[in-house]
Amino acid sequence: MKALILLSSLGVLSLLAEIFSFKKLLYPLVLLGLTVTFVLNIGEWNTNVTYFKMMTFDNFAVAFSSVIIVVAFLWFLMAEGFFKEESSQTDHYALILFALVGALLMVSYTNMTMLFLGIEILSIPMYILAGSKKDDLSSNEAAFKYLIMGAFATGFLLFGITLIYGSTGSFDLTEIQNAVSVPGKVPGIFYTGVLLMLVGMAFKVSAAPFHFWAPDVYQGAPTMMTAFMATIVKTAAMAAFLRLFDTTFVRVSGTWTEVLWVMAALTLLVGNITAVFQTSTKRMLAYSSVAHAGYMLLALISANVYSSPGILFYTLAYSIGSIATFCIVSVVVNARGDDGIHSFNGLAKTNPLLAGIMTIALLSLAGIPPTAGFFAKYYIFTSAFMAGNVGLVLIAIVASLIGVYYYFRIIIAMYFKEGKHEEVDVDMNHKILLIVIAFAIVALGIFPDVVVRLL
Amino acid sequence: MITLLIIFFPLLAALMLLFVKGEQVKNIALGAAIVEFALCLVAFVQYQHGNTTQFEVTYSWIQSLGINFHVGMDGISLLMVALTTFLVPVIILASFSNQYRNPSVFYSLLLAMQFALVGVFVSLDGFLFYIFWELALIPIYFICLLWGGENRARITFKFFVYTLTGSLLMLGGLIYLYLHTEGAHSFDINALYKAGQSLPLSGQGYVFWAMFMAFAIKMPIFPFHTWQPDTYTVAPAPGTMMLSGIMLKMGTYGVIRWLLPVAPLGVEHWAHLAIGLSVIGIVYASCIAIVQKDFKRLIAYSSIAHVGLISAGILAANVQGVQGGVIQMLSHGVNVVGLFFIVDLLQKRYGTREIAALGGIRNLNPQFAVLFLFVLLGSVALPLTNGFVGEFLLLNGVYQYNAWWAAFGGLSVILGAVYMLRSYQTIMLGETNSVTATFTPLNGNEKTVLIILCAAIIVFGVYPKPLLDIAEPSVVKLVEGVRVAMGK
Repeated sequence: MKALILLSSLGVLSLLAEIFSFKKLLYPLVLLGLTVTFVLNIGEWNTNVTYFKMMTFDNFAVAFSSVIIVVAFLWFLMAEGFFKEESSQTDHYALILFALVGALLMVSYTNMTMLFLGIEILSIPMYILAGSKKDDLSSNEAAFKYLIMGAFATGFLLFGITLIYGSTGSFDLTEIQNAVSVPGKVPGIFYTGVLLMLVGMAFKVSAAPFHFWAPDVYQGAPTMMTAFMATIVKTAAMAAFLRLFDTTFVRVSGTWTEVLWVMAALTLLVGNITAVFQTSTKRMLAYSSVAHAGYMLLALISANVYSSPGILFYTLAYSIGSIATFCIVSVVVNARGDDGIHSFNGLAKTNPLLAGIMTIALLSLAGIPPTAGFFAKYYIFTSAFMAGNVGLVLIAIVASLIGVYYYFRIIIAMYFKEGKHEEVDVDMNHKILLIVIAFAIVALGIFPDVVVRLL
Repeated sequence: MITLLIIFFPLLAALMLLFVKGEQVKNIALGAAIVEFALCLVAFVQYQHGNTTQFEVTYSWIQSLGINFHVGMDGISLLMVALTTFLVPVIILASFSNQYRNPSVFYSLLLAMQFALVGVFVSLDGFLFYIFWELALIPIYFICLLWGGENRARITFKFFVYTLTGSLLMLGGLIYLYLHTEGAHSFDINALYKAGQSLPLSGQGYVFWAMFMAFAIKMPIFPFHTWQPDTYTVAPAPGTMMLSGIMLKMGTYGVIRWLLPVAPLGVEHWAHLAIGLSVIGIVYASCIAIVQKDFKRLIAYSSIAHVGLISAGILAANVQGVQGGVIQMLSHGVNVVGLFFIVDLLQKRYGTREIAALGGIRNLNPQFAVLFLFVLLGSVALPLTNGFVGEFLLLNGVYQYNAWWAAFGGLSVILGAVYMLRSYQTIMLGETNSVTATFTPLNGNEKTVLIILCAAIIVFGVYPKPLLDIAEPSVVKLVEGVRVAMGK
């Protein structure tokens, strides 16, 4: 809760920066603020306080908030340039910070209204920021598409909430859970409501067949915003999804597990197979991000003791891996002016450090030991196995193999293909950030217990 | 403690090598590999004969999942570690006359691979085993990708995906076993054994196939071998030696240590098919080897034939078979490294590996001819060479299982003699031709490598007892456990 308040005030403060002209101070101030937020957030560990029956900062919320804050911190370090480029920069700070507030709401809600508010607070800044390259046509297109599709999904979600309210008479998660505890007495519209909410949430995590917006938006939006959407937004949406379905709706799991089973299988296959055919790196990463949602859905369907720690670890591993990849992609694309995979040709010769870190990040995304990505997949597979979803695990194994194919295309381009490019300039901050992330990826892969045993 | 040293020393050396520049890299890498071998010798001296697991070390690693860093060595593991630590310095020395771009990265990757290989052979925890198993793949992938021959991107990628498929299936099998362990789940080897053996036949069948696929691809066994000839051919010489000399043994070792004990009923039920595939592989690969024109490819196929026999013997799940398998893994490692080294010597001198293009080299350098002949005889399993001991035990083991399979498997010896002797005849005997007009004499390093390998071939052919003595108690214990679980 303290974290939430601090982040909100930081957001308001950054709006004032333009008026009272301390723009230059804002960047360090935000980084400092995030650090303090992190500490405050950790301080609420094991306190389990519930606020007005609206939000609860239980360990689940604190753990996911910590992931979001850590990733946001790394994101800010990466995206320094994003704030320098634009003419009016402070609104960007404010929008990002408010989006983070929304993300924290999404992991801590105990009431449907809070879920809805969280999603909207997160989404609206995203709609704006996706179009923040105002003179770029594809950025505008991305923003517009995202807005329309997002509004559409919100409609589904809201309709679902309404039906659930209509059948149970409450927005409160516990009360809803209690209302449906007697199987025979659940009105039919409740199930419809659950399925509509499922559709809404599937939109937000970009699960197939509701993933069509993702590639266009990811490709069109500024790379830094793509990174934000692929990591923080996805983490928050996944946590919200998990809280809703694995606790509140778990009693009626018969209604949604099969639907979600098919969606997970589709997401895994569509995401991975389509990624293979992409020539643009950003678009490929967009499809890979769709695919990763599919892996996480595996744990969600299983709804057992491995689900929450599995998804927690997965979001962390996937987010830091993605931050590293997007950082390198943006650096390379800026220098070479083309986001095709061939831009990476010969990178190992010109920038061995960059290529090495990219390799580690890609190996992690592909799930090869000893990186964090491997352990994340391992945990998800165990969860699905335990729930008896062997078929889904087999599909996920095939999907991972396909995943290896397209991640390795970049590795092969870097190490094997001859490039005629000059060395890419990387500033010191980015270098340090990337080295830290590379170490974190390996360290999390070797000592996953640090994170996994939290939940 | 010594186990930890043996595992982590190569990793340390690999990391240090990255910071070394210039010509010193080779020497330092060799030095590190020799120190590693010395460490292994220390373990040898301290090892007490018997069937117990020794030098055990256990650290809690991922507590919440019952995963421990648990390593230790019994006779079988010790011999495998010995093979690895013996071959790596030889392979590094063998690469001395070659120039590789970025030598520090190259040798660092070699040592990193050694780290993973040793880890595979000493792991006593299913999860740890899997991590090392996968870890071994990354350095060799980059060795092949960065320093390999033509078409390497496509071929090494096929190799990577092929083996990764197997690995992921094995991971599935391991998780399945893990979820069947008693109480709080655990990946400990004994817990997994127990869980596997308590499964009904159908469950053991799943486990068998999930894990067998991984091992069969790694070895490789027919029909999962299609990645192998290409990869062996395209890899740089030291890479090929690592792949065939040591990495292939991960598969056979996996069958002994993991497959037999976790799914005894599965093995019993499916052995006919699995041994059948191995034996088909022997005959098939031998026949293809006979018609090969490229000498390196010929040896790649001969390796499929040899490993087929090893796998058949092990899957027969009797003492002779497994014992023979262990011994033959050592012999094959030594012989195949020798053969690939000879290929490399010829290629460096003549720029070709085509058998028909060469000839009459014996007249130019009789010394080389003799050394080549020793390696070759070891590989065709002539009595009093190391190849004979293992092959004899293996055939004996398969014979106890089924006489017909043994008869077909025995063809490997005959066909092996055909293609090996024929290629020797063409390459070494007869008249010299325009290609082989001169033969640059072997330099000191090359001579040393060949002499070390030949010495190993003869010494362990004439007097294999020390190796048998180390392997036997552990093999007997393991096989008896398996046979009890089979109800025999």
